[in-house]
Formats: sequence, C-alpha cells, structure tokens
Amino acid sequence: MQAKLKQTYNYAFLDEGSKKEIRRATLKAVAIPGYQVPFASREMPIGRGWGTGGLQLTLSLIGDHDCLKVIDQGNDDSVNAISIKKLVQSCTQVKITTDSERATLIQTRHRIPEVPIRADQILVFQVPLPEPLRMVEAKERKTKQLHAEMDYSGIWLRLYEDIVKWGKVSIGADYPALAHKRYIFAPSPIPRYDLPKLHQADGLFLFGAGREKKIYAIPPHTDVEPLAFEDYPFEVEHFDGCSCRRCGSTDTFLDELYDETSGEKFYQCSDTGNCQKRQEMRQADL
Amino acid sequence: MLGYRQLPKTTGNEAGRPMTHNEMRPLLSVRHLTKRFGKGCSFCRQPENLPPLNNRCPRCGTVWACNDLSFDLYEGEILGIVGESGSGKSSLVQCLYFDTSVTGGTATLSNYQDGETNIFLESPQQKRYIRNHLMGMVYQNPWTGLKMNFSSGGNIAEKLIAAGHFNVHHIQKRAADLLDHVEIPLSRMNEAPRNFSGGMQQRVQISKALANRPPILLLDEVTTGLDLSVQARVLDLIRRIQHESRTAMIVVSHDLGVIRMLCDRTMVMKQGRCIEAGLTDQILEDPHHAYTQLLVHSLL
Repeated sequence: MQAKLKQTYNYAFLDEGSKKEIRRATLKAVAIPGYQVPFASREMPIGRGWGTGGLQLTLSLIGDHDCLKVIDQGNDDSVNAISIKKLVQSCTQVKITTDSERATLIQTRHRIPEVPIRADQILVFQVPLPEPLRMVEAKERKTKQLHAEMDYSGIWLRLYEDIVKWGKVSIGADYPALAHKRYIFAPSPIPRYDLPKLHQADGLFLFGAGREKKIYAIPPHTDVEPLAFEDYPFEVEHFDGCSCRRCGSTDTFLDELYDETSGEKFYQCSDTGNCQKRQEMRQADL
Repeated sequence: MLGYRQLPKTTGNEAGRPMTHNEMRPLLSVRHLTKRFGKGCSFCRQPENLPPLNNRCPRCGTVWACNDLSFDLYEGEILGIVGESGSGKSSLVQCLYFDTSVTGGTATLSNYQDGETNIFLESPQQKRYIRNHLMGMVYQNPWTGLKMNFSSGGNIAEKLIAAGHFNVHHIQKRAADLLDHVEIPLSRMNEAPRNFSGGMQQRVQISKALANRPPILLLDEVTTGLDLSVQARVLDLIRRIQHESRTAMIVVSHDLGVIRMLCDRTMVMKQGRCIEAGLTDQILEDPHHAYTQLLVHSLL
C-alpha cells in the first residue's frame, strides 16, 4: 500500500515568511547603499555557492507580471542559467526571455548586460564573496568594525603594494568600489568593464550572497567610485582592434576563445542575448 | 604621595629664549588616568586601601595597572617614564595611543579642539584621527607596529593613506625620504621588514611613526633587546629627530641609561603609581623615594 507522494510548493518556492524576511533585508540594503545586511539564507534546491543568494532575491521579488532573464557570465544558455530559469518557471509560470530589454528582472552571474538597465528593471547579482575587506582582514567581527569606522587604509595599502610591485593594480574582476562616499563594497566578480555601469544608473542593483548570508544594494542614482590613486586612475579592459565574430560589434565586452581544431584565436560577445539581437539586425539590414 | 615633587616646566629650548604662549601651554595634559584590569570592588576603589608594595587588590584580585596618573607634556620636550616591569609604563602609553581603553581620567591635546575635549571619550573615528594625525607610536616589538608581510615603504604608506594621502608618487617620495632619514638603504625600500635585523626593523617602525609629522611620539622600550651599538644608533636617531622637528616624546624604559641620555624630565612609576617626578638630572643625582634610590644605585 504505497501512497503516491505529491509535494506542492508555495508560489515562488519560498514560503511567504521567508520572502518577507528577504524583502525586509533588501529594503534595508537599499536604504544604506553598499552596506551588507545579514539575512537568514534558506536551504535551496541548488548548492550554496551556485547562486542561492541571487535566487532567493529573485524568488522573493518575482510576481505574475514579471519577465525573467537569467545569465551566467553573459550567457543565457549555460547549464546553471537554464536550471535556475527552469526552477523559477516551474513554481511561478512567469515569462522567460533572453532579451534584456524585455525583462523586468534579470539574475546574473559575473556580468552586467550591455544595454543599460532602466528604472523599471532590477538586476540581481549572485555574489560569492560579499566582503571586499576579506583579502586584508580575515575576521568578520574586525571587518564589520572597519566598515563602521570607515577605516579603509588596509585595502588601500593592498592597492598601493600592487602598484609598487607590478606598476598597476592587479585586481581584474570584483574590483572594490566606494558606494555613495561611505561603504566600500564588492561588486561581485564582474569585469572592471562593467563597474562604471553601476555609477549613477537608472536601475536598481541587488546583490545576494547565499553562502555568506548577506544582501546589499546599489540603488538608482548612487555614486559608485572604483578605488584608485590620484596618479594611477582606474582603467577598464580594452578590446582595441577586436570585433565579435558573430555580430561584428566592436563596442561590447568580448570573450577570447580558441578554435578547437585550428587553435585559432577569435573574439565573441560575452552578452549572448545582445549579440543575438545584433545578428538579427544585421540580417535585416542585408 | 611620598616624595612627589612639583613638575618643573621645561621646554627643551635654548636657555634664555623667552617662552611663547604656545610653549607655556602643555601639548598633552593627562589627569587622574586610571587603568584597571578586573572589576574592582568597594575596597580597592579607595587607592589608599591597596597594599603599598602591590597593585593587586587582596579582596577581588583586580590589578590597578595605572593609578591616578597626572602629568603634562610640552612641545619639543622628552618625558621619560621609568619603572620595573609590571609598573604600568606600557599600559600608560597604550592608553594614550588608544590601544586599550582607560578606566578613568582625562587627557587633552592643545592642538585638538583647542584642548577642551577629553580624548578618551571621543568616538572611535575621532580617536583614529588623533592616532593618524597627532600621534606616532613605536612599540617594543616591531612585529606589533609593522605589517611584516608588506614592504617597508608600504608600512609607511599605510600611515600616510590613513591620513588621507592618495597619490602614489608623493607617498613613495615621502617613504623614501623617511627611510633615508633613518639610514635604511633605498634599495631595500620594497623589501618586507621581516627580512631585516632587529635594529633595522625598529628604525622602520620609527620612520612609520614619523610619517605624518606627528607632534607627539610615544616610544615604548624601543631599545630593549637591541645590542649596545645598535641601541646607540637608535638613541642618536631619536635625539636627532627631536632636535630637527621638535617632536614631543614620551620615552618608556626600564633602563635609566636611556632615560638619562634622552629625557628632560622623568616620572618614576611603581605599582601603577607615580612615586617621583622631576628633572631627570635631579632625580638621578638626588633621588627622594627609596625605590628611586634603589634604581639609581643599581645603575652600573
């Protein structure tokens, strides 16, 4: 006599109490740009470190009228992005898109879409390490105190030593920046190319770190200044003389790839949704 | 208080030069500084109840590391603090540098809010400002004062960055000047102080403490553990700094030789209390308190 087990989940997987708690943390994060708000990270059906922070933010915010886009390093079709999309869709039935301009909610890992985020859109980041001061101070209690007292000489010293040793700052992705002249925050491992997009933007940026149980935010029209010395200004990646082999664009963030058989180097847009649209436009022009 | 003498005012300037208003006014003024380890009880809160040769309360076990210390430090002078280990010398300078909190008492700086604010009651941010702009500290152990896995130049840069300097070129130039001043070859500027000898580490620490040209420098047993010739070089350096920049210093030492060589005025501490204070020469030539006499006579 085996009864068939049927599990039913609440709308958007999380129970309403959990969603409320996450939204409250989010509101506090929006009120204090760059400040890491602790929250009770829930057990999710994907492993911690695989985007649970971003997923919880997405699930706590999503409603029937939303249209969701999920990207993994700019890519709509990676296994992780697909799995997250499937999970959200199976418990909400919201529309899914690859077009960043049609989406109202975008969950992303390590990239910001090429088309600027509008005021009616929310970009949710998956964050592995929310604490920018962790590289100079191992203890959480200490880093909290350093933030509270705005004692940032440690991380500045780290940049100084980089310049002395290598002639430039050696941090590639996850470049620390100052939010609204108060808190230094980790923008998640986005390339430096994407960091200026956070400055005085129209849209809302939310950061969720599931494993580290922190939520923080860059609200619209917030100053975001990458840390840089007066005589060593902040620099973004350049792709001079390169173009996407698919859409031919020269003004987007390009991935460097190698052809498997010939070993030849080529470049391709990292933002696949945008690349697809440009290819279609190019087709239409021809 | 037995054998307590009135502290005469000396400013370390050439004899005969009239004192200006600024020089008359103490740079640092400490009153009734008390630091206790433990909760304290109704018995030991009355200092006269404490046994004369002990600073540990027989009832509750509380240690009174600094007990009702008052003194002034004037611009350009060197104040010596001498006493055996456990007498509260290091606790005193650590309290002044905000490394530990005080139990009671006040301290004012004439160049901070016009000398009207008790710096012990300031917010942590303000305390950090005072540490980074108005004071420098040299610890007995260079491992406390330096970041051993950063370069020597970086260690100096830390202090400059903390004081709001964000120009790599200027920071490097200042660090090079400072290291040159303490006779550390510039070729070793980008090397970590962990590779240096004890005397060199101590000199890097001094140059770090001097980075922001602080008006007050606190030196906690800087020559202890160094061999005699290296000691002499560090002492020379301290005298030279005082001569050139008129930095006021508090020199903590258990070594009367160091005190005699450096200090204009001296305070003798025992069991957390100041038992004698006055001009260094006076104290060494004519000690009043029995303990000071013992100290002076044991000086080889």
